[in-house]
Amino acid sequence: MPSFQRAAKEALANTQQRRNLAHATATIRAKRAAVVGEVDRWEELRVAGADAKDEALHHLPHYLEQLETNLTARGATVHWARDADEANRIVLDIVRAKEAQEVVKVKSMATQEIELNERLEEAGIHAWETDLAELIVQLGHDRPSHILVPAIHRNRAEIREIFRREMGSVGRPAPEDLTDEPARLAEAARLHLREKFLRARVAVSGANFAIADTGTLVVVESEGNGRMCLTLPETLISVVGIEKVLPSFEDLGTMLQLLPRSSTGERMNPYTSMWTGVHDGDGPQEVHVVLLDNGRSHVLADELGRQALRCIRCSACLNVCPVYERAGGHAYGSVYPGPIGAILNPQLRGTGSEVDKSLPYASSLCGACFEACPVRIDIPTLLVHLRTQVVDEASGRSPEATSMRAAAWMFGDHRRLEAAQRAATLGGRLLGGRTLRSVPGLGAWTQARDVPTPPRETFRQWWARRRQDDPGGAPGPVRQQDGTSTTTPEEET
Amino acid sequence: MSAREEILSRLRTATRDVTTPAGSRGEIPRIATVGDSPGATLELFAENVADYRATVQRCSPADVGGVVAAALARAAAHTVLVPTGLDPAWVSSLRDSGIRVLADEGEDGGPLRADELDGIDAVVTAARVGIATTGTIVLDHEPDQGRRALTLVPDQHVCVVRADQVVHDVPDAVALLDPSRPLTWISGPSATSDIELDRVEGVHGPRTLDVVLVEP
Amino acid sequence: MTTPAPTVALFATCFNDTMWPEAPQATVMLLERLGCRVVFPREQTCCGQMFTNTGYADEATPLVRRFVDTFERYDHVVAPSGSCVGSVREQHGMLARRAGDAGLAEAAERTATKVRELSEFLVDVLGVTDVGAYFPHRTTYHPTCHSLRMLHVGDKPLQLLRAVRGIDLVELPAASECCGFGGTFAVKNADTSIAMGSDKARHVRETGAEVLVAGDNSCLAHIGGVLGRQRSGVRTLHLAQVLASTEEDPA
Repeated sequence: MPSFQRAAKEALANTQQRRNLAHATATIRAKRAAVVGEVDRWEELRVAGADAKDEALHHLPHYLEQLETNLTARGATVHWARDADEANRIVLDIVRAKEAQEVVKVKSMATQEIELNERLEEAGIHAWETDLAELIVQLGHDRPSHILVPAIHRNRAEIREIFRREMGSVGRPAPEDLTDEPARLAEAARLHLREKFLRARVAVSGANFAIADTGTLVVVESEGNGRMCLTLPETLISVVGIEKVLPSFEDLGTMLQLLPRSSTGERMNPYTSMWTGVHDGDGPQEVHVVLLDNGRSHVLADELGRQALRCIRCSACLNVCPVYERAGGHAYGSVYPGPIGAILNPQLRGTGSEVDKSLPYASSLCGACFEACPVRIDIPTLLVHLRTQVVDEASGRSPEATSMRAAAWMFGDHRRLEAAQRAATLGGRLLGGRTLRSVPGLGAWTQARDVPTPPRETFRQWWARRRQDDPGGAPGPVRQQDGTSTTTPEEET
Repeated sequence: MSAREEILSRLRTATRDVTTPAGSRGEIPRIATVGDSPGATLELFAENVADYRATVQRCSPADVGGVVAAALARAAAHTVLVPTGLDPAWVSSLRDSGIRVLADEGEDGGPLRADELDGIDAVVTAARVGIATTGTIVLDHEPDQGRRALTLVPDQHVCVVRADQVVHDVPDAVALLDPSRPLTWISGPSATSDIELDRVEGVHGPRTLDVVLVEP
Repeated sequence: MTTPAPTVALFATCFNDTMWPEAPQATVMLLERLGCRVVFPREQTCCGQMFTNTGYADEATPLVRRFVDTFERYDHVVAPSGSCVGSVREQHGMLARRAGDAGLAEAAERTATKVRELSEFLVDVLGVTDVGAYFPHRTTYHPTCHSLRMLHVGDKPLQLLRAVRGIDLVELPAASECCGFGGTFAVKNADTSIAMGSDKARHVRETGAEVLVAGDNSCLAHIGGVLGRQRSGVRTLHLAQVLASTEEDPA
């Protein structure tokens, strides 16, 4: 996986994708702003949302055990998975025991994170993604680039081509006269998937929330593919990250206000399904829940960093991020792109790889993500926190580290700074105040920006000169009423 | 060590710094807006349901059967599914309208199979609760609503909501619901914005949602 | 002004001191014009933001100590930089705590409460919006991210600009979107940074303004660098320079 910088450079050259992304994020930003603006007590909701998640995270063993007890009492089977391999093995064993050749899937970040589809395919089991965008990504042999709208980098013409080319080889082909009208494309997906829904015996889902005090799982969706998967097959397997737990059913009163408005910019998403274990005569009669760690306990161990586990995968931070909008989702090298990905990937995976070392720096720290986050994850602070971790783990022998130490030494005493400034302003005088178009060692800066030359006189020099012109010391009218604050030695030159 | 024990032990270690007991955050705040009057709440409900491209019709209890039949006729439904607990008066109005009324009963005597459901045009149900601020209907799949699949596979869903079932905001609904029931929250017909964020109604769930709001 | 004007310690910031002295100079002129007594504690160097935001917390910590030693004795510290004030307020306490120095953390947080960005000081402390400036130019204002989202200065800079005589203040499209400078980001992610800067420069040109104003010279250097490369003819000025501008001494 290349570093973010290199992947972003490639993505920036893809003007079609940049146009698609700019259009899509601008549309969704406006929708979100409108529906968030309708809620008078939005800030209170954000605080309540953060508190609910923190309560669960701070006492995670307690709430997970409570969740397990309630699920088991309601006829569900609970499994625990330390990592991706273990989770995949659990799912595969259940599917094999059911003698199923295929599973239908509800869009799930957790199953993407563990690459469940790939493992199932290796074992000869087809995993059909049923969310329209996930279908587009799967048929296009592509990777998702957004949490909410995974095919955001594709436009309608590209989607039409993918459907025409690929649908026939895995099921009902696309209609001959398929146009690129979104309504026609959605209809083609409906027809293609319906036969799969009607015959599937096993479904795999994630969950948006897992309620500890009742054992209820919640899936929030729009298209109805979720309801199809959660309702029609006889066996349901839900892979749930352990951070998805909420203490109480009552917390949904907060979360179901925060999530749809932040995510799709709707007052409420079209469909939300809640189920509690097995319901007699209604829906799957065999229900499995796989509780997944896969690095989450490691994230939880960092007192500052653990707030990232509050994330409810709404993607509001992606949609307001100027870096994501230009670099696209693939540059983040993970199913979690954008600002949340820039922190969560290095937290889950560590900062060993090239991409994970680069992600904390994939931000201008503009703070738009923190403002938009419905559960108040302070992403900018966590980015800086992770940058410190990257530096601390490095050898300290890089050119950057060397120059940072030199700069720190210079700033350690104002006399050293002044000596350095004298050299710089002398340079400025030699250059005669022209704007520079290239400076050795500043290539990255000068490729599209002019470089200002140092001024002929620093502020300090000006201040000192002015004081000499005006020996009264403190210039300007002195209207001290309290008689305090005499000139102190270090204010003199 | 089992995976369960290992994960729980990791989590205990990770949260060693936490000194407060579980539940110490206190009361869960109920952050909800309040309607100016029951009438205003109903207005808002009707407005928001319609805003998500569902049709809303308001009528008196005596007219429900006729209004439902008319909604089915508008969508050219020939067959309609009725759950066992649906108000018998509505069912007889439907029969009188000439539409073919079916129960959740398949050829083999058990409930309808998915492919059998797929051949039915519409379904009529009651509801558990309506939410005004979001234009949402919640089903808890009691006998007057039927099991979850019934309101999912047919192309049209006609849902009858009583005025006294409409609450103002999301937390009010959460407080009324029984978590031991399967619950389906419905806000408009199924939709997707996955293609260029251009919203399309009618994907896998019903393409048409008709809400009949019954006022005494 | 009704309240007695206070003594103000100027925090010039290392970047302005070395590269853009016009901004702290204008700050001095303006505050003196408003009756303040301005002092410049010479021992000040740098708030450490560049180190902190690049991940060099160990290098930044001594600078927190220096900042506190230099400024804790003053009631009012003013800087012509949103991002440096943001760093002082948001990061100094955290850095000290990370270094395990609770005493320093407490002193840093106490000192930070007295440190303000120029527009905050003018509006909140001096209680003025009309500072008697004259600047007869078509001007647009870019709210820098740190002043907007870290310090929450809101529309204070705009209140001050609206009161400037002769100014033709035009709105900047997509004003609150980051210009792409981001300190270390401008070098480490130069391509994305420039893409963002180019969009910002395009919005500036769309306004037809002859002058772009902001409260951070670092962001202005970035946007100005793009505007300059495009030969746009748009000048960049720090907010302090516009507010200090008069008929006798125009900016």
